[in-house]
Amino acid sequence: MIVHIEKCHKCGACVGSCPQNAIYLNDVMLEFNENCNRCGRCVKICPVGALEMEGKE
Amino acid sequence: MRQIKCDVVVVGAGPAGSMTAKWAAKNGVDVVLIEKRQEIGAPVRCGEGISKAWLDEVGIEVDPKWIARDIKGAKFVSPTGFTYFVDEKNAGNEVGWVVDRVFFDKALAKDAAKAGAKIMLKTAATGLIWKDGKVAGVKAVSHGEEIEILADAVVGADGYESQIGRWAGIDTSLKPNDILTCYQYRLTNIKYDCDYCEFVLGSAAPGGYVWVFPKTEDTANVGLGILTPLIKNLGDPKMYLDKFIAETPGLKDGQPLECVAGAVSVCAPLDSVCIDHVILVGDAARQIDPITGGGISNSCIAGMFAGKALAKAKETGDYTMNTFQEYEDNWRDRLENKLWRNWMAKEKLVTLDDATLDSLVKTISEVGVEKLSVRNLLAIVKEKHPDLVKEFEDLI
Repeated sequence: MIVHIEKCHKCGACVGSCPQNAIYLNDVMLEFNENCNRCGRCVKICPVGALEMEGKE
Repeated sequence: MRQIKCDVVVVGAGPAGSMTAKWAAKNGVDVVLIEKRQEIGAPVRCGEGISKAWLDEVGIEVDPKWIARDIKGAKFVSPTGFTYFVDEKNAGNEVGWVVDRVFFDKALAKDAAKAGAKIMLKTAATGLIWKDGKVAGVKAVSHGEEIEILADAVVGADGYESQIGRWAGIDTSLKPNDILTCYQYRLTNIKYDCDYCEFVLGSAAPGGYVWVFPKTEDTANVGLGILTPLIKNLGDPKMYLDKFIAETPGLKDGQPLECVAGAVSVCAPLDSVCIDHVILVGDAARQIDPITGGGISNSCIAGMFAGKALAKAKETGDYTMNTFQEYEDNWRDRLENKLWRNWMAKEKLVTLDDATLDSLVKTISEVGVEKLSVRNLLAIVKEKHPDLVKEFEDLI
């Protein structure tokens, strides 16, 4: 996953929507752990387009 | 490692957490209320509309300090601009006052403190403590220090992104069709009807709506929610909102004072929101109105029931489902039918195109509706558009 942290509002929409509980968010960073199966739901849900799937057009 | 012992640790000091803490503490429970942020109520992630009717029921004293604006009613705008007004008393759950959550949340936390709860800020739960297969507290980081808070019960009032439920094994997962993804500006320098909460339906916000909730004469919370499956491009919510503002005459010169992103659940009630030693309340328990996406009243009502159940648990020394079932029963008696009905109505509403929504708003305004509730609306729709409601007729 590519995180555009400068776009991120730290709102947690991705965290609550992740079926794998693979996202960790605090005041300064957003991280994915090894549970991420690249389902892409967080990418779609992010209200500001701060997430992007690696290797996808 | 430093350890803190208490009867109940509440994770999250929003309305649900503070209400739970208050109702438990005032009945003799030793409560620690933890909040990961450095300030209760900020940053605001909410449209801030509430109705007035339920505040008495949960023992919230009205304080002018947290009221931003007294609202005359709701204004529904169809996709082609057809408008329907409902006065405040009949307008449903999110209309009455627009509040300042920065002050509102603090007022509720203050009530919890007055009742005896201890509050810890900048304290984030990092995991559950398990003993003999049972939850026995939370691990947390408080001002950078790792601590353990040992408790007979853990309350997850940790909002949309709730971790407590997941850690405890309670299924709070959501389908894309049950998630609204939202964006909002506090917009100033606008010209608008500052006495009405406005809801704009249709393709301006696919599967959701645009809201304009007045804060002052020239400033409002202007936001929208889009249903996840209807999102086409990255960052659609912000893009749709910018487009709506640019195309709306009174708003297009508006300037933002604040921008907020977020998501809200619009799902059917969960099967279970507690297990032995763990209770979920508010957004964490998905107790949000699936039609409006509003959760303040439901969170406070559920919080009160949770607090009372915890008081009973303290009395009997039994923090298991034996006692917590009372919480499940009470919040479901009070809220569950409505949540179900509104979820089913939402499932249908999100499938309607602009033309049908237009004709719906027209129908409703022609017939008139005495009290705006999903049940009453469905009854009216049934008269003119029986095909739209036949799948859930038994709810009417």
